[in-house]
Amino acid sequence: MPIVLIVAEQQPDGNLRKATLNAISAGKQLAEKAGGELHIALVGKDPAKVADELKGYGAKAVHLGAAAELEHYLAETYAPAIAALAQELKADYIGMASTAQGKDLLPRVAGRLRAAMATDVMAINGSGADLSFTRPMWAGNVFADVKLTTPVKVLTLRATEFPAAAGGQGAAEVKTFSPKVEASKTKFVDFKEVKSARPELTEARVVVSGGRGTKGDFKEIEGLADDLGAAVGASRAVCDAGWVPNDLQVGQTGKVVAPSLYIAAGISGAIQHLAGMKSSKTIVAINKDPEAPIFQVADYGMVADLFKVLPELRAELAKLK
Amino acid sequence: MKILVTAKRVEDPESKIKVKPDGSGIVQEGLKYKINPFDEIGVEEGLRLVAKHQGEVVVVSVGGKEVQEQLRHALAMGAHRAVWVNHTGPVDQLGIAALLQKVVEKEQPDLVILGKQSIDDDQNQVGQYLAEFLGWGQATFASKVESMESEQEKNKVPAIVLSADKKSVQVIREVDNGLATVECQLPAVVTTDLRLNQPRYASLPGIMKAKSKPIEELTPAKLSVDVTPAIQVLKMSAPPARKAGIKVADVPALVEKLHNEAKVV
Repeated sequence: MPIVLIVAEQQPDGNLRKATLNAISAGKQLAEKAGGELHIALVGKDPAKVADELKGYGAKAVHLGAAAELEHYLAETYAPAIAALAQELKADYIGMASTAQGKDLLPRVAGRLRAAMATDVMAINGSGADLSFTRPMWAGNVFADVKLTTPVKVLTLRATEFPAAAGGQGAAEVKTFSPKVEASKTKFVDFKEVKSARPELTEARVVVSGGRGTKGDFKEIEGLADDLGAAVGASRAVCDAGWVPNDLQVGQTGKVVAPSLYIAAGISGAIQHLAGMKSSKTIVAINKDPEAPIFQVADYGMVADLFKVLPELRAELAKLK
Repeated sequence: MKILVTAKRVEDPESKIKVKPDGSGIVQEGLKYKINPFDEIGVEEGLRLVAKHQGEVVVVSVGGKEVQEQLRHALAMGAHRAVWVNHTGPVDQLGIAALLQKVVEKEQPDLVILGKQSIDDDQNQVGQYLAEFLGWGQATFASKVESMESEQEKNKVPAIVLSADKKSVQVIREVDNGLATVECQLPAVVTTDLRLNQPRYASLPGIMKAKSKPIEELTPAKLSVDVTPAIQVLKMSAPPARKAGIKVADVPALVEKLHNEAKVV
């Protein structure tokens, strides 16, 4: 029976990264289509912290590998642990959310297993042994249906394309194992977290993004975001200029988001930005330039100055409450 | 320091990519080609490192004779010499990493710098595969704290920091919710993110000089690598188009639509 192994991810605070839930539901879909079973793996210093949560998502088993050496995530120490577990389970598919960690780690795992890999998988097609995967190429301008022909197949899964798994689906068996620990030629030095009271970009229901049109003044963007309980995003130009932290960048090379509502203010809509947000349910664009490409993907466009519109919008939205 | 940097030939990121009606690939006519922008950042970082610590930047590309354009571009930026792996058929990320492994074994660099992904396949795999094949440390998504307007950037200071004993490098990585710093023992593999640096333009003297810089030709056969791909692209298609939206005249009209039609506020 085909085995699908989904690798879970803990945040630095030890909680489960939410994109893991989307990867689990993708794994479930994959297991159903392949006629196999879903397993979940987590390695780290204290994977037991999220054991109770992980066992409720309908997996056959949850495999927890704890080791002091795995305190700080490094591809070089995590990859041997995951690859050895995958070999022991005879996993046919190994998947993980397309987070920074997923994209760093899984190719190294795939390298160890000489496995072909598809990045940012958006859909799983076919059934049985004849499965293929839809993934974006050329900054999302092309969707390719790809087949992997190595015995083990590795995937990162784009969280915005799969629903978050729902808990309470019976209790998976929780198994602990001693992860294979190898010496690493890389040392963790430190992690500087960008702390924000706002929801994380990839997880927010509403995203308010600013572009070059803000000229670096994000006050109204942030104000509107806080009124809506939204995350703040930005275009590449804004991050390049150092006006806002890098990890706010929405786009093919930044974060890919798909909120219920995406408000783009002063963003022209370069191809690579559109690739990161055009799966949003409703898109609002506010831009002075009526020719801005962002209007081609916007459900509601307003040709106007964002500095005039945003305060008005905040006042008008307040009336709804 | 000897630094090996990749220089993949890709479609110009500004060009409009269209899928062929039969889904067998993209329409090639009228496309311009460039060095992969992330690789170009890698070339720039390599040049900054050798400007500071001495050494040599060797660029490598896999493809038909047309990839010599991208190698010449990197040479014109200031790279010292080039390795061209002449191969015209299909190849996947496993194949490229296997070829690069052989080139690394031949060249013995202290550091290999690759773009984190190429803007055609968008796979983001080769650097990690290569590091694993070599058993080396990896630092993906290399970035920096300073902005593109900073003094550090103006003075072309490398963001990858070589230790005093020259045995390791410190790299700042762009990850979810912040920046992680790691220290990799050399030799190591680094992949570049967008904001590592702003690549220089090739100067006219640079372009002239590049013409006489050596390009060594290799082949998969010479490197004893089987590059039969393990990834098959069955079909390409254009992403579903979004239905054309409407323009709203004023804020009350916008809020009305968002509230009653889209029901998102």
